[in-house]
This record gives sequence, structure tokens and C-alpha cells, in this order.
Amino acid sequence: MLPIKVKRVLAKSLIALAIAAVLPHFALADSLNNLAADAAKKVYVEPGKFDDFYAFLSGGFSGQVSAYGLPSGRLLKVIPVFAVNPENGYGFSEETKQMLETSHGFVPWDDSHHPWLSQTKGEDDGRWLFINANNTPRIARIDLASFRTAEILEIPNSGGNHGSPFGTMNSEYLVASTRFAVPIPQKDVPIDSKNFAGTISFIKVDPTSGQMSVAFQLMVPGIDYDLAHCGKGPSHGWCFFTSYNSEKATNLLEVNASKNDKDFLAAVNWQEAERCVAGGKAKEVPANYVHNVYDETTHSATSTKAKTVKTLNVGDCPGMIYYVPIAKSPHGSDVDSTGEYIVGGGKLAAQITAYSFKKMQQAIADKKFAGDFEGVPVLDYASVMAGEVKKPCLGPLHTEFDGQGYAYTSCFVSSEVVKWKLGTWEVADRMSTFYSLGHLMVPGGNTMKPWGKYVLAMNKITKGRYLPTGPELNQSAQLIDISGPKMEMLLDFPTVGEPHYAQGIAADLVAKRVRKIYPLEENKHKYATITEEASKVVREGKDVHIYMTSIRSHFSPDNIQGIMVGDNVYFHVTNLEQDWDIPHGFTVLGGNTAELLLMPGETQTYKWNPTEPGVYPFYCTDFCSALHQEMQGYLEVSAAGAKTPLKWGTGKNLNAQ
Amino acid sequence: MGVFTRLGVLLASVLMVLVFVLPLWEIGLKAPQYPEGLALQIWVNKVSGDVRNINILNHYIGMAKIEQDKIPELRMFPLAFGVLIGLGILSAIINRRSLILVWCCATILFAVAGLYDFYSWEYRYGHELSEDAPMKLEDSYQPPLIGTKQLANITASSWPSGGGYAFTAAALIALSIAGFTLLGAIRRKA
Repeated sequence: MLPIKVKRVLAKSLIALAIAAVLPHFALADSLNNLAADAAKKVYVEPGKFDDFYAFLSGGFSGQVSAYGLPSGRLLKVIPVFAVNPENGYGFSEETKQMLETSHGFVPWDDSHHPWLSQTKGEDDGRWLFINANNTPRIARIDLASFRTAEILEIPNSGGNHGSPFGTMNSEYLVASTRFAVPIPQKDVPIDSKNFAGTISFIKVDPTSGQMSVAFQLMVPGIDYDLAHCGKGPSHGWCFFTSYNSEKATNLLEVNASKNDKDFLAAVNWQEAERCVAGGKAKEVPANYVHNVYDETTHSATSTKAKTVKTLNVGDCPGMIYYVPIAKSPHGSDVDSTGEYIVGGGKLAAQITAYSFKKMQQAIADKKFAGDFEGVPVLDYASVMAGEVKKPCLGPLHTEFDGQGYAYTSCFVSSEVVKWKLGTWEVADRMSTFYSLGHLMVPGGNTMKPWGKYVLAMNKITKGRYLPTGPELNQSAQLIDISGPKMEMLLDFPTVGEPHYAQGIAADLVAKRVRKIYPLEENKHKYATITEEASKVVREGKDVHIYMTSIRSHFSPDNIQGIMVGDNVYFHVTNLEQDWDIPHGFTVLGGNTAELLLMPGETQTYKWNPTEPGVYPFYCTDFCSALHQEMQGYLEVSAAGAKTPLKWGTGKNLNAQ
Repeated sequence: MGVFTRLGVLLASVLMVLVFVLPLWEIGLKAPQYPEGLALQIWVNKVSGDVRNINILNHYIGMAKIEQDKIPELRMFPLAFGVLIGLGILSAIINRRSLILVWCCATILFAVAGLYDFYSWEYRYGHELSEDAPMKLEDSYQPPLIGTKQLANITASSWPSGGGYAFTAAALIALSIAGFTLLGAIRRKA
């Protein structure tokens, strides 16, 4: 037995120990709470207040683009681009169907990858957002005044448009490089015939209207071009494309395209190519591609077919393209804000390489070639390399810049963002993301004037991160504060589809240009009805054109009779409202298409083929007003050949004397 | 008449020219759902502003549409102001006392009648609501003649605008001239 005194001392020390053990936990929990509160404060945007940045995230397999506000992570809008959108009738209405026409016919879906904001003098100007379609090769232009797809241009002679659109510093050109080598022109040959080719296309952008056209295509060796960025400042005039599969494998690429230790970064001197084209070195060859343009005064798209394209062979224009060896199977090709460094991530190598544009020019002048690949001179690696970031992480994919001398690289395999310093090539910080980010984005991070402030990491995997939603889970974005020496994780939010890249821009550059309505006096739609008094129904054989208006809270006409089974009924609906945020919708019972969603002053057409006699209600689908529920009408459909006279009216009995 | 009187008449006439370049009156509506507000400007010959949107709002309660073609005053007022301005300048030049007094009386009467006319239009808009109105109001929906008034969560305001202030000043000048002239005449008689 221990004496009482000793027992007391023991008991006291035990209590003291327990307190000592527990106290730090409270302190830690406290400091974690404070951290969370700090982060919350940094992303909190009061109701009614605006975010500092727009972020435009590609939708990947959704085919669309989503616009978010940063730092709040609020979803502002999903912009339909390459996929039909029943929510507003895009790709369904008679006016928008043409936007999705291609040389393969109507294509209702695509895989949208890389958004790129138009630039002036190397800075984002907030006018247009371009984005590529990977599967059926195309580039779309979104007008940021209306947040709508204004144009879609198909890329001929391409087997998949991945390295695109990544434009030049004054939006002179967008690029389109082929991910899949194919026979050019297409023909039936054995898959292993080893004579596939690739193209790198330069798409001219009209500086005022933004309209795109294929200026010329470079016929290049048939390896798989991956990502791209064009030069700026000193490197203006050049574009840089990563590629993989220098093995030219056509099967089991995960093994057969990973055999060579190095692949190529293609450096293209587009100003030289321009000179060659101007000097008559290009060939006009047959092609087949479609160009769709949406006009906001006629509220209609027109689709035109192009039949030729200018191509330029490597041999006919020496000096327009060089290959630079790069760690195997790279992904990102990213030019820093000074325009001097080109950073290539070696996806399968634990190494990031930065090339010097100055050294590249010197090596070309000194002819420091390590041989050639199918006629393309290959520059000597050591002569053009500026620095290597050694063992930064596993699977470096893509790099953006903060304009303060730091680069941020996404690392897919080790699931982290690595911050490193240009010049010293040393890692400064790292931040885990949840999980497996592909791309990341710094607002303005690919321009000459990044805003810095944030990195947005786009993660491919989110299991266990949110409330479960079955086997199919959302992907996510994570917002990281980069304003201090240490990165700080702020926010985490699910995304639409699978973002493959994003663009961020100071909000006011876009917001100040945004349109609110379509003025009725500018409406040049062929079937527009500008006043309610002008609403009418016109029969032309089997085609019945209903010139309809909508205004709070009725359609005109709202009663129609004399429609026959077998007719083609066209509801041309004009929204007569001229107030911001007063849309009207339109649909009819049994219609085999999506609704119309009409913005103020807009006209769209809903096509309907009634198959059974009866009385069919139609109604407004957008809660437009206190009397929205009453915004409805009836249409009488008679059997084919019936004698029912064609009559229509608003607020009256059609058969009254 | 004295040089100040003649200058006063001239000044008032020139002030009245402003009604051709500035609106007479402005009616405004503010509500949480209209953060930028809706405004209607009444000019000597037209109504401008958010007329379409105000009409759409008003149709819920059956108020008649504001259509400038249905307001004959908008065709008469430019003529009336033209006459008042012409008469003012003429009387200031030829300086005949009776003509100046006629001008004064005409200007004052026109100001009072104009205000009454404006009130009666407001009364008609506020009280002659359509039987078919989707929403029936217990009270009238007459906008204020001058000042502000709360109607549901909408604050309606009604104030003179540039042209209205200019005309008010002109009418006050006319009133002063008429008053002093009358006062002088009474003094002389006494």
C-alpha cells in the first residue's frame, strides 16, 4: 500500500497529465476553426454583391461551357455550345438547329475541352470565348455580350481537334492541331498502313466581328498533337504544340506510344507560314466542312459549306516548323507571362522542362539540330532547355503563371498543385487537391498580365468528398489562394461535366459589355411579329405559319382553329417584352421538340406536326408574371381534309357573329 | 413699363423655350424588384421613358395604357407655349402695358389649367380601371400630383422636371409682374 500522500500526488499528476494531453487538442481545434473562418471570409460574397472574377470552365463530355463567379464558386450560367440544350431550345428550334450542322450531318453532342478568351496586346479583352470540340473537329465562338454561341466552324482534314483553340496575343489566329492521325484526305486503307498524317490549322479571327475562317493548314507528320499555347511578347509569331506517340502506334497506345524516351514539342513560326502562303507556296485542296453563324438581328443561324482549304507542306516552307525533344508523353504546352519560357509537362516523367525562346532562336540560327523527323528539323535538347524542375511531383500536366515569377503545375498522379519559381526551377510550395486534378487556372494565367490571386484546380475524382449521388459523381473545382507565400485552400465546389481547362477574367471587363434585351426595332427575323395587332395565321399549302406574340400575360393569337392533321405548323413566337429578365416560354401538348425560351425582343420557331384531331393547349413555360399560370391558349386540330375554316383571335370566341 | 418689367417678361419667355428641350414632369416608380426604378417623362409633346414596362405593370390592375397619341394636350401644348413665348417677346418689345398684362394673365391661367389638367389625367388613370382587370384594388391607384406615395411595395414619385421648373419660374415672374402692376394701379388711385 502506498501512503495516502503519495496517492494524492499521483492522482494530482494524473489529472495534470490528462489536462496537458487534452488542452492542445482544444487549441488545435480552435485554430482549425479560425482557419476555416478565415477561408470562409475570403470566399463569402454577400447576397446582392458581385464576384471579382468570371471563370469559364469547359464542360468536357457535357459539350458546354459553364460560367462561375470567383471567389464564391456560384454557378452563373451554363452556356450551350456543342450539345443540344432542351432547357432553352438550343439545337431544337428551327433557328438554332443549324448551329450543330457538320459535314457529318446534325451532331447533337461533342466533347468541349479548352476555353480561350480573346486577347488584345496579350491581355484578356472580354469580347469572345473560343472553345474546341474534340470529337467532330470544330471551334466555337461565344459572344460574351450575350453569353451565347455565335459561331461554330468545322475544321477540315482533322481526326480530332484537341490542341485548340489557344490563340495568338492579338487574337490574330486560333490554332487547331490533330489529336488522331488519319489518312488525309480520308480514304479506306488498312489501319496499320503507317501513312497517316496530321494537320495544324490556323484560324483567322476577324478583329471587329470575331468571325472565324480557316486561313491555312500545315501538313505535318502524323503523330498525336496534344495541347498548345501561342507565344507573346518576344515569342509572338510562334505557337508551341506538345505531341505524343512519336512511335505512330495505332493500337494499345498506353504501351506502344510510351516506348520512346522523348516525344516532341512542335514550335511553329506562323508568321513564316503566312509569308509562304502569301508567296504562293500553299495548295488549294478539296475539303468538306461546315461554317455556322448565328445572327442576333435575324435571331437565326445560317449554315454554309466550304469546299476547299489552303494547305502548306513542310518541305515547301522551310523554317516554319521545328521539333524540340520533350519528356515522353507530355501534356501542357504553356508560355509564361513574359513570353520567354515555354513549359512542357512530362506526364509520365517526374520532370517539368522549361524551354527558352531566345535559346530556341539561337539554336535555329546556329543550326543545332539533332537530326530530323519526317522532314522536320529536331532541335538539340540541351541547346534550347532553360531549366528543369527536378522531381516536382508525379504526372505534371499543365502549368499557369501568376505574373510574379511563379508557376503552378497540376500533378495528376500525386494529386497536388506545385508552385515553383521560374529561373531557379525550385519548388516553393505544394498543395494537395481532392482528387487527381487535370488542369488548373489562374485568372489571366496564360496572358501577359495575370491577375494572380487564385488558382482553380479542376479535379477528376470526388469520391467521398460530397454527399453520395450513386455511382455517377460530379467532378469538382477547388479554389486556392495564391496571394501569400504559402498556398491556402479556400473552397471546393462541384462542376458541370468534366472541365479540361478554364479561363478567368476580371468581372467588370465582361459585365460592362453584357446586353440586357434584344431591341424589337432591330429584330429582322423573317417571321417576327413586332406588335400584337400584327399577329396572324397564314396557310401556305400544308405549311401553317403562326405569327405569335407573347407579353405578360397572354399569347396572341390565343385561340386558333382550322389546323389539319398532316400540317406542318410553325409557331413563330416573338417576345414583345423589352425589360431585362422577362423571358417567355412556349410549348404545345405532344410537341416532339424542346420548348422555346424567348428573351425580350427575340423570335424563335417551334415546329409541330399534329397527328390526331383534338383540342391542344399551349402555354408559357417560364414563370413570367403573377398571371403566368393563365398564360395559355388552345388550338383546334381537325382531321385531314376537314372543312374547319382557318380562324384565330385573342380574347374572343372565334365562332361568334 | 419699367425696364425691369420688360426684362422680366423677356426672361420668362426665354425660360419657356426650355420646355421644348427638357421634360415638364417626371413620374418615378421604385420597388425592390425594380432596383433601377422605372421612370416616365412627360414632355410638351410626348411621353418617354419606361412607358412600355409601366403599361405592362399597370395592366394587372386594369389601368388604361399610356399612349401619347391618345393625349390631345401633347399636340396643343407646343402651340400654346409658342403663342405665350411669341406674345411675351412681342409685348416686351412694343412695351404696351395692356399687352403685358394680357400675357401675364394668359401665362398664369395656362399654368393653373395645365396643373389641373395633369391632375385630372392622373385621376382618370387612377380611377377608371377596367372591369376586366385581373387584380381588383380596394383603393384608387392614383399617382401623386406632386411628392411621393406608397402603393403596395412600390414608391411612386411625381416631381416637376427641368421644363416644369422653367415654366413655374416663368409663371411666377408673370404673377409678380401682374401683382406689382395691379398694386401700383391701386396705389395711384388711392
